[in-house]
Amino acid sequence: MSQETKVREPLFSKKNRRLLIDPLNENNPITVQVLGICSALAITVKVEPAVVMGISVIAVMAFANIITSLLRNLIPNRIRIIVQLVVVASLVILVDQILKAYMYEVSKQLSVFVGLIITNCIIMGRIEAFSLGNKPWKSFLDGVGNGAAYAGILILVAFIRELFGSGTVYGYPLMEQLGVYELGYVNNGMMLLPPMALIVVAAIIWVQRAKTPSLIEKD
Amino acid sequence: MNVNSNSYTYLFSIIMVVIVAALLSTVATVLKPLQDANEEMAKKSDILSSIGIETEDVEGRYAQVIKDEWVVRNGEIVESDVSPIDILMEMKKRTAMANTEREVPLFRAEHEGNTYYILPMQGKGLWGPIWGFVSLEADGNTVYGATYGHKSETPGLGAEIATPIFQDQYPGKILFSDSYDGIEVRKGDASGDQQVDGISGGTITSVAVQYMFEDCLVPYKGFLMNLSQVEETPAEDVAVEEAPQVEDVENTNAQ
Repeated sequence: MSQETKVREPLFSKKNRRLLIDPLNENNPITVQVLGICSALAITVKVEPAVVMGISVIAVMAFANIITSLLRNLIPNRIRIIVQLVVVASLVILVDQILKAYMYEVSKQLSVFVGLIITNCIIMGRIEAFSLGNKPWKSFLDGVGNGAAYAGILILVAFIRELFGSGTVYGYPLMEQLGVYELGYVNNGMMLLPPMALIVVAAIIWVQRAKTPSLIEKD
Repeated sequence: MNVNSNSYTYLFSIIMVVIVAALLSTVATVLKPLQDANEEMAKKSDILSSIGIETEDVEGRYAQVIKDEWVVRNGEIVESDVSPIDILMEMKKRTAMANTEREVPLFRAEHEGNTYYILPMQGKGLWGPIWGFVSLEADGNTVYGATYGHKSETPGLGAEIATPIFQDQYPGKILFSDSYDGIEVRKGDASGDQQVDGISGGTITSVAVQYMFEDCLVPYKGFLMNLSQVEETPAEDVAVEEAPQVEDVENTNAQ
């Protein structure tokens, strides 16, 4: 399972950096592994909830990875999925409670989707595939990397949808400031509907595949 | 130590559950006051927006505008151990009670020289609870404004009750007539004083709003009817003050 090295590895060795950076492009959980799509469709109408959701997922994932990694030799194999679920669910409840207490408006916007972080396949997938077999620091990096990759795509999609759908960026009326409405420009209401999120994600996947040689399939 | 033995598995789960339970209940208890304060603030903001006040300083404006908070039961103002705001916070639980027994909150606001009465309402939509805040003019019968909220109605269909398209039909309508108490939600023509046009594709939610009115008005009826009788006899100046406003509302509707 875990590869024991005699010499102490530096905190940001090349291997560790790859854990953090790989998910951002070549191994992106959304665009390459196509996980966590539901929430990417649901909360990307505006940038602000997407940012909060991204931060929440990074936090949940980093901590869930650390905790399961610390416990990896203690968790009975037969109930490991249940243990993973309990860890993730508790963290999600914590995030939900904290949002309700300190960011009430945002928590109302996110509503059920905070609870649905539990079902985000990326989290369970990373715990099962990575942190159960690796040391806490590596698991932490892996969690942050994958969480950040998820958050990045979420914010990118939300930026495109908010800009063309409502003409604003993070609530700032950019299109109005540019004065394009006077030239006859009209917001595209379609952008605010869930199908457009799917199309935007697909467009991102297309661009990413075209730019990244390693992702281009032979046939 | 055999990590995969039965006894170890049991022990592990028991310890895990106890730790998680302790952690979560501690956090929930510690954060509860903050969450309640947020929720109360949201309710107060809803009350204010039903008479057209949108503000950042909810607490300040609320104290300024809301002159009375009452608890009403079966048409009369009663003394209650619970404050009106607290009743508002737990209205969901109280809808199970018969509407003649139920204690409900009522708010009186004074804004720009006019008196308004604000009635919170709570009902059942298609998928979950719906609620609303209806403000009445001084006669206790004419609707001044209405805002609705919902927990989980279908976006684009039932959820449209929370949009101006639906809500803007309510100002100028009346609640009580000889034959009917409430505001009917109809399909098509809704020109009557007690009628509004429902939402296409959101029929069940629209009708739920009608039922919400019918059910929630019962406890207030006696009190509000008294208001209109008092209003008719004295003070002509009040009537004069009110008249142009009603016209304004009707004009904007016609456009």
